[in-house]
Amino acid sequence: MEGESRWSGVTDPHPFDIVIRGGTVVDATGERRADVAVSGGSVVAVEPSIDAPAGAQVLDADGCWVAPGLVDIHAHLRQPGGEESESVETGARAAALGGYTAVVAMPNTDPPIDSPSIVAEVLALGSKAICRVDVAGTATVGRRGERLAPMAEMARLGVRMFTDDGAAVADSGVLRRALEYARGLGVTIAEHCEDPALVEGGHMNEGAWSSRLGIPGRPAAAEEILVARDIELARLTGGRLHLLHLSTSRSIALLAAARREGLAVTGEVTPHHLSLTDESLAGFDAAFKVFPPLRTADDVAALRAACVDGIVDAIATDHAPHSAEAKDAPIEQAPPGMIGLETAFPVALEALSAEGLAPARLIALMSWRPARIAGISTEIGGDQGGPVAPGSPANLCVLDATANWVVEPAKLASRSRNTPFAGCTLTGRARHTIFRGEPVVVDGEAMR
Amino acid sequence: MTGGPVAGTRVGAPGAETTGADARGTAFVEVDAPGTASAEAGAPGAASAKASPETSVEAGAPGAASAKASPETSAEAPLLETGWRYGRHLLSISDLGAEGIMELLHLADHFAEVGRRPIPKVPALRGRTIVTLFFESSTRTRLSFETAARRLSADVLTFTAATSSVGKGESLRDTAQTLHAMGVDAMVVRHSNAGVPWQVSRWIDASIVNAGDGWHEHPTQVLSDCFTIRELIAQRDGRQAEDLGPEVFKGLRVAIVGDVLHSRVARSEVLALNALGADVTLVSPPTMLPSSLEGWEVSVSHDLDDVMPNIDVFYLLRLQTERGAGRDVPSLHEYTEKFGLTARRAESLSGHAVVMHPGPLNRGVEIASEVADSTRSLVLRQVANGVSVRMAVLFALLGGRRH
Repeated sequence: MEGESRWSGVTDPHPFDIVIRGGTVVDATGERRADVAVSGGSVVAVEPSIDAPAGAQVLDADGCWVAPGLVDIHAHLRQPGGEESESVETGARAAALGGYTAVVAMPNTDPPIDSPSIVAEVLALGSKAICRVDVAGTATVGRRGERLAPMAEMARLGVRMFTDDGAAVADSGVLRRALEYARGLGVTIAEHCEDPALVEGGHMNEGAWSSRLGIPGRPAAAEEILVARDIELARLTGGRLHLLHLSTSRSIALLAAARREGLAVTGEVTPHHLSLTDESLAGFDAAFKVFPPLRTADDVAALRAACVDGIVDAIATDHAPHSAEAKDAPIEQAPPGMIGLETAFPVALEALSAEGLAPARLIALMSWRPARIAGISTEIGGDQGGPVAPGSPANLCVLDATANWVVEPAKLASRSRNTPFAGCTLTGRARHTIFRGEPVVVDGEAMR
Repeated sequence: MTGGPVAGTRVGAPGAETTGADARGTAFVEVDAPGTASAEAGAPGAASAKASPETSVEAGAPGAASAKASPETSAEAPLLETGWRYGRHLLSISDLGAEGIMELLHLADHFAEVGRRPIPKVPALRGRTIVTLFFESSTRTRLSFETAARRLSADVLTFTAATSSVGKGESLRDTAQTLHAMGVDAMVVRHSNAGVPWQVSRWIDASIVNAGDGWHEHPTQVLSDCFTIRELIAQRDGRQAEDLGPEVFKGLRVAIVGDVLHSRVARSEVLALNALGADVTLVSPPTMLPSSLEGWEVSVSHDLDDVMPNIDVFYLLRLQTERGAGRDVPSLHEYTEKFGLTARRAESLSGHAVVMHPGPLNRGVEIASEVADSTRSLVLRQVANGVSVRMAVLFALLGGRRH
């Protein structure tokens, strides 16, 4: 039965017997050379050497890290309404291939996820997917920034994060009430910090490059102003605030100050903001257009340092699929965003290994710390983030930090191709991914 | 008609042998009209078997590497290499540098002479197809390019699209590829968004000329401006423009006045003038300057009266009234008061100072009518020189061997 899928159905998963052999376990307790055995959806043994019983599937992890599955708290899966660029199914497959066992689907869909019925629809789609799909709800009805969305009703279905991502909640009074209300529910408000008036008409970072290229800019101050405002409102209300895709050094400084003060504020950065700068747009390729925009080398350095210092809590992809036709447009017309689930690990690894970051620290940023923010961590009764120990839910990834591969957009599992790393050789790849005890990715291939 | 080639200084690819040059130093050899029998060199009016009586036989081909062709015949010479070393496109002024700019100006000298003939036409690009792909309306620039193309005997296709249709109907890429499939050698592209000519150059295999992309660049406008400045200074010094090299620009004090932030002409102008060693001052309210001037060698002033006495060339930018008033400046009136070249200000200009403008003019806003119509104004010369310069650009890119 080795290598044969024994998956029989969604609602009644058949237990697998898997031995992950030859790897280095990396989790919140550290690193150690160990084999890992999985049965019935759980890790059952972590020992220096485990013999595979007859009928068990052996996954080779030689030279690899065996870690809790990665968790992406910021991915656009485009359902409902945007199925031509991605679906929950294809996005989840892309995630699993990237080593992710959980993603949080962003609510700026069409219609937006601002009611329990749409939450239920997306959760149903996610129940068949090869990774865990959680849903973020909007903070305001229709993402219009005027009335609070029915957070309690959505929370009853398991929603833990609410955001108008794609835009900030511009009205400070509305955001204040959203944070207060969220506090009562124990949920998190996440904000896309860019002051709309300052970024209006802008398509790339405002700076030397935008001036040279004649492309209207989005100043860093637009992000910092809202980061500062949102932190003040978090202080005022005691609500839990998560800052999405921070991109400037000053934003990091503001976050650091908020953390020192003990405010309930967390922050994430994307792999692309850890590795690319605004100079990338010199060739006028809209693959590099994203909001908030790619910034300067100084900002990239500050974001990397913040990951190393632990000021930033999570690396999140902001996976944003767009059709090739949409991205072929002039910079000023193309939609912003890049896919990133399948390239996140190698890009983050390269960006941070120069800083000498230990594997456990990198995996912390990509697995258990985001799991905590999303409310799905094993620490609070969820099934994500580890540790890799007997009794833990078997949501694992086997990561080869030395595998070289060329990014061929047409071969990615995402329905879309808009990656800024097209044609690049990346180092680092998920070799296997195990989701709830099922090997959904084996040797870099999705099993379904 | 000029006589046969006269030995002289070669302009063009270094190392190429001199085959002949006219008295003004422009090397040229007889260029056979493509697909026809060879023409006799140096025989004015001698047409190749197929050439129509309307076209002149001669065409300038500086940098021609035809060491073999003697001055007396073009033999079976096909179109010869122009020796153009600056790429197959003209997208940015920075593709050219000072040398490239001067080469184009020298080429343009020759085509300016062609423009003065009774039949201002040469067969140099006969059989080539040039498309003007204008997504932003600009009749003047488009006509200038089309005139240039026709004077070179190229076939011209015109594609204009209202800006709003881009992205809603056929995609930009499909439009470019469809046109290219009809068989074009060059596309002249204008678009209200920056970077479109670069994108088009990636999608199709043809020479691309940037006719203006958003706020970014407008290289041919600026080349025409440089040509005009050189012509003016030559006239003033009683010399031939063709004899003047880049030193004509060195230390020339140019003020670029107005909405620099939104001006592709300003961006290209700064790049060109920096490359040529001119002294550039930007005069604008801070709201009309780019957020960063990194890489530009410029001085900045927010007061036109302050800088006026020390300026040789006033380059006035059009105020984008649709956008500017109330937003970047409180009102047109205030703009004119502070930055307009009013009649009052014009009175205090030094004797030799001149005024340029890329057009179209906002009379009474950035420039007073009297100033626009005065002898200081080079505006009409800028327009006239545009055709010669565009002929030079098209010839430089396409005048070589057919692929």
